[in-house]
Amino acid sequence: MSQTKLHSEPLLRVVKRAERPAGQAAALRAVAVVLSIVAGGVFLLALGQNPLAVYGTMLSGAFRSAMAIQGTVRYAIPLCISALAVTLAFKMKFWNIGGEGQLIMGAVFASYFALYHANLPHVVLLVIMALAGALGGGLWALIPAVCKVRWGTNETLFTLMLNYIALYIVQYLRDGPWRDPESAGFSKVARFDKNVALDKLFGVHIGWVIALVLTVVIWVYLRRTKQGYEIAVVGESQDTARYAGIPVRRVVLRTMFLSGAVAGLCGMVQVAGQDMTLSIGVAGGVGFTAIIVAWLCQLHPGMIALVSLCFGVMEKGSGVVQSDLGLSADCADVLQGVILFFILASEFFVRYAFVARKKGGAR
Amino acid sequence: MDLFLKFLVAAVAAGTPLLFGTVGEILTEKVGHLNLGVEGMMALGACAGFMAGYATDNLLLAWLAAFAAGLGGALIYAVLTVTFMANQNVAGLTLTIFGVGLSNFFGIYMLGKSESGSLKLPEAVTAQMRSVDIPVLSDLPVVGPLLFQYNPFVYLGIAVALVCAWYLFRTKTGLNVQAIGENPGAADAASIDVTRWKYVNILLGGGICGIGGAYCSMIINGGVWLSDSVGGLGWIAVALVIFAAWKPHMAIWGSLVFGALRVLEYYVPQSMGIPAALYKMLPFLMTALVLVISSMRRSAGSRIPGSLGVNYFREER
Repeated sequence: MSQTKLHSEPLLRVVKRAERPAGQAAALRAVAVVLSIVAGGVFLLALGQNPLAVYGTMLSGAFRSAMAIQGTVRYAIPLCISALAVTLAFKMKFWNIGGEGQLIMGAVFASYFALYHANLPHVVLLVIMALAGALGGGLWALIPAVCKVRWGTNETLFTLMLNYIALYIVQYLRDGPWRDPESAGFSKVARFDKNVALDKLFGVHIGWVIALVLTVVIWVYLRRTKQGYEIAVVGESQDTARYAGIPVRRVVLRTMFLSGAVAGLCGMVQVAGQDMTLSIGVAGGVGFTAIIVAWLCQLHPGMIALVSLCFGVMEKGSGVVQSDLGLSADCADVLQGVILFFILASEFFVRYAFVARKKGGAR
Repeated sequence: MDLFLKFLVAAVAAGTPLLFGTVGEILTEKVGHLNLGVEGMMALGACAGFMAGYATDNLLLAWLAAFAAGLGGALIYAVLTVTFMANQNVAGLTLTIFGVGLSNFFGIYMLGKSESGSLKLPEAVTAQMRSVDIPVLSDLPVVGPLLFQYNPFVYLGIAVALVCAWYLFRTKTGLNVQAIGENPGAADAASIDVTRWKYVNILLGGGICGIGGAYCSMIINGGVWLSDSVGGLGWIAVALVIFAAWKPHMAIWGSLVFGALRVLEYYVPQSMGIPAALYKMLPFLMTALVLVISSMRRSAGSRIPGSLGVNYFREER
């Protein structure tokens, strides 16, 4: 009946625009961040809170003492390393949302040596644990990569499933083979030997040094090496890559292994630096937040280190907001979400523009 | 036999929140949008539904509030991914972090305002959520407890799933909607309003997820507000979509199977020595296997929507 109705030209339509110069794009993003902080403030105001007091407490809480600053950095370390990990895959437009699982498997592999070979010399042990962690994460990431190149298995969904499989492998180990026989009642993995602990520098385990080194290494790898260039081309267009003689499958497998390996290394840093044991909370959502961080930074390694620190401030500061103002620490998650919503929207205005319908309708 | 009956009944109850989440996500994925915000939308629905039930003593209003909250979350996602063409994975994940955070934040805020320091649904609402009691039918042996003694959420969930199955597979609009998910360019050329139907499906899907969230906060925790009441069920729902091969009517059976796996550990004798982690892992393991096997066979009937995860920009078709 109404099938022959002609659609008139919409009031507004979207067109692609010449991409804005970098300065303008950065300004747009800055506006988005400001808007999101304002939006968060309006929400707090609606709840009868003073937004300035809340934000102020958050900021000062993250920096009020040496202890607080160390805590802030501790939050930032796993975020930064995991965000760098997913960046490798995302550059290739391989939607690896399995950072969480890869981190966990890295932690599992590293924990094996921490539990059963703790008497090795300190440095040797840590190096072996780091390699084992990287191997565990890398292999875990290789599973979806192999399925993707062989059968085109949807990597987003598959990596998501693998997160939970990894999580329950930890629970299995905790309840069964790796259960601490000395813990009465609830089951847990034994606390690691002191020999396993990652050394400290300025009061924080050297995970932060690893994070900074990785930031530089991955920046160089992506921007200054042949392999990094191959990743970029595969990400832009697989057909172009194939035409240029780039072995697409090999690049996908290699990059996913590296992505998982970095996440796995993060798992090792967490168990040896932070937790000193293996628990099911070892990743605790970091793998997911890392994706947000990576995207927020446009996959730029330098920015990732900076934004991870900002997220660390929010996480640490929100704890102080909870204890000082009686508001839930979940405000950090809400704020992170709102910021990314605005940034995602702002990206649109970098690349596209709305065009109003001209008088006289469609031509 | 009695134990088996109890097990089945428990499986249905455990599967119901999954059913809502799954059907909602199927509607969303059928228009080509992978919304990883199910967990977040369910959390928003959990909070809104609980608070509405708490304030109004009315289950229907609680459902409406949960639906509206889930829809609100989906609206953010839809504006970002349909209109602003933002990355779907990132937008969905953000919605989850935001939704769970906001739900917990607001819940704790309300706890702080309550005089007793806890929030418990009033008797007026819990009475409406009790198992139904249909004359004759509910009293039948076996069939009665198996089919006619659930809380109203269960029947609502099955009704929603059946209506969505009918909508997607038996109406012209539904077939058009599926065409959008398979190939939005072709659908657009066939004069289907791609943007409008994407919005309609994503928003409806979010609303349905929201009601599933209300089940978590209002039923599972016995009417007491707890943070993180959804507790990962949203992610299982994302898995269940694959297991149900993107069909709402299959989601009914799928949620029964996944619900059974969630309660199985309490019914299998501990002497068999099956680790608890295995039961929890099985839904994800099975889904991963289904995902890999179906991609190996590329079976036409159960395939993933063709444009899933890819945004549609008219000028690039």
